[in-house]
Amino acid sequence: MTDVNMPKLSDTMEEGTVLDWKKRDGEQIRKGEVLAEIESDKASFEIESEADGILHIVVDRGKPVPVGQLIARITGPDEEPPAPPPQAPVASVEAPAPQVEAVAAEPPVAVAGSQPSPTTDGLRVKASPVARRLAAELGVDLSAVQGTGPEGRVVKEDVLAAARRRSGPRPLQPAPRPAGPEVEIVEPTRMQATIARRMAESKATVPHFYVTVEARVDEAVKVREQLKEQVPSAAQVTMTDFLTRACAIALTRYPQVNSSWVDGRFERKRSVNIGLAVAPAQGLGLLVPVVHDVDRKDLIQISIESRQVIERARSGRPQPGDLEGGTFSISNLGMYGVDEFAAIINPPEAAILAVGRIKEAAVVEDGRLSVGKVMRMTLAVDHRVFYGATAAQFMREVQGLIEHPAVLLLPPDQL
Amino acid sequence: MPEKLFRVALREALKEEMERDDRVFCIGEDIGLFGGSYRVTEGLLDQFGPMRVVDTPIAEEVIVGSAIGAAISGLRPVVEIMTINFSLLAYDQIVQNAAKIRYMFGGEVTVPLVVRLPGGAGHQLSSQHSHSFEALYAMIPGLLTVAPTTPEDAKGLLKAAIRTENPVMFLESMSLYNTRGEVPDDDYETPIGKAAVRRVGRDLTIVGVSRQAVLAGLAAQRLEDEDVDAEVIDLRSLRPIDWSTLIDSVQKTNRCLVVEEGWTTYGVGAEVAAGLQQRVFDDLDAPILRLGGAEVPMPYNRELERAAIPSVDDIVREALRVVGRRVAA
Repeated sequence: MTDVNMPKLSDTMEEGTVLDWKKRDGEQIRKGEVLAEIESDKASFEIESEADGILHIVVDRGKPVPVGQLIARITGPDEEPPAPPPQAPVASVEAPAPQVEAVAAEPPVAVAGSQPSPTTDGLRVKASPVARRLAAELGVDLSAVQGTGPEGRVVKEDVLAAARRRSGPRPLQPAPRPAGPEVEIVEPTRMQATIARRMAESKATVPHFYVTVEARVDEAVKVREQLKEQVPSAAQVTMTDFLTRACAIALTRYPQVNSSWVDGRFERKRSVNIGLAVAPAQGLGLLVPVVHDVDRKDLIQISIESRQVIERARSGRPQPGDLEGGTFSISNLGMYGVDEFAAIINPPEAAILAVGRIKEAAVVEDGRLSVGKVMRMTLAVDHRVFYGATAAQFMREVQGLIEHPAVLLLPPDQL
Repeated sequence: MPEKLFRVALREALKEEMERDDRVFCIGEDIGLFGGSYRVTEGLLDQFGPMRVVDTPIAEEVIVGSAIGAAISGLRPVVEIMTINFSLLAYDQIVQNAAKIRYMFGGEVTVPLVVRLPGGAGHQLSSQHSHSFEALYAMIPGLLTVAPTTPEDAKGLLKAAIRTENPVMFLESMSLYNTRGEVPDDDYETPIGKAAVRRVGRDLTIVGVSRQAVLAGLAAQRLEDEDVDAEVIDLRSLRPIDWSTLIDSVQKTNRCLVVEEGWTTYGVGAEVAAGLQQRVFDDLDAPILRLGGAEVPMPYNRELERAAIPSVDDIVREALRVVGRRVAA
């Protein structure tokens, strides 16, 4: 005869309850079959029969009994069925229970977290040591894994396969987040505070609209390379310099763009000063050094001056005027691989040109498909200062100048 | 490197050590005039004379006892017992004296003794002349026990055995004497206490003892056809065991089979399996299996003898069991 006692399923378990008998009283059972579902203080478990024989249930379901208490007996084929067990032990345990509750000052929370939750695998899953270790490491539930080893043993490969199935290439458990407050407070630099204030003000008070064109830049790229190779003073001319010069010419031709809306009136600027958005050399932020009087300077001068003014600004040593007086801005993110974007106007200017990268693209020309270099530019416009048609004309002008860059090489007084 | 016979590699080790150190001498039955039952000592008598190549009566206890005395007195004897089967007659001297004298004299004397023990079955020599007594010697603290399987190791280990201050049981598989292998020209030692990884694999580790390490290599080739990639380790040093090499291998393959020619019960495989499960339990994916000789006195009948010794087929079958394949009985 085999006794079935209430198992101790965790370190903290003192009593358990048979949630359900999986076999009927008097039923023939085999070793290894699930007898009952037991509920402990943390979870429920199935327990298996440790012998073949007839089941004699001692404790009905739903009744909590202390660990170690007899809950059933299993008799072999030749054994007498056991006498009905005395009920007294169960009753005597139940009696003091209220006292225990009354005395218990500590809330049951004390149990939580003291031990990892026991799992069912220790009781009934057949698995190799390395499979168990890996399952624990990878967070695989062994009881859900179909074993392919001898007699259904879960082996290493089964656990690895289960982990793969579950998560694909996803890492199995994210690394724990380092301890610390949920939100870190970072004080802005003065530059960042200024940017925040001005950009919010711009976007909130200036009605933006956007016009995008795509320019073919095969010619401009070619000219720039020729200059680089053949004209020492122009060796460092950039595409932004070409654009600055193109915008300078276009701004001269469309003075509405070189304007501001101030106190309900238009302000037309006589000077054409173009700001170039750049990142500072150290830290985060945004600087807009200004090249002054670009309408009166040729490409080489613009190139040299913009390099100087940018360098001074980025290194934190701007000269008076370097960061002031802009009437228009250019922001080029092409070097970061950006195709196109829309910028926020830098008040009191009326427009800013956002430039994307030069890329090779399939171009349809006269019904023929060819490969060309293109660049997308988006003009953000203050709708109070000028309007869609002007914006379109201005952009067509810039586009034309960039696509036919010979004009950009001429000295300003020849235009 | 030139290829040499296993027996020639042993002879070179003896010759070179005797030339290097005149305290080294050989003693045993028929090793001088006759040149040794396995021709290992052939020519040594002519070169070194009867004082250093000593033919003895058929009296194993006397041979080993004398050698122990000589070793204690400052010489470096290399004993050849004609076969390991006869070493039982000297077991008392080996276990009671050779293994213990250094300890019992508080380290004041050492026993730099080598006992060469040709052994193994497969030659229809029947029950009394076919023993593999690896475990019998490897179990004794105070003895070093090695079992080379290649001519290179035969020479290198014999040199190391002659040079160490402690008694070494030098197990030679008779079936390997006529095998060939590359032997370096220079003066080298194969360190005692180091196993050799003969083949790198990932699916299981087969640890072979003595000649079974060679068969394990052949089995590994056959296992390729079954898509099983076996790592083969030649245990080489039975005491001390190179746990580090074994652990590294089993941590990679997660599975292990140990093969020896001696009886499985209380055998070298038992030691390796027990030691490994203790050290790398959490890396095991299957029980470590042991394969050894049939638990019978070795039969004389050729077919029965063959059946009693682990074969390549047997190793393949057991290896497949270790990796969890169903095997036709």
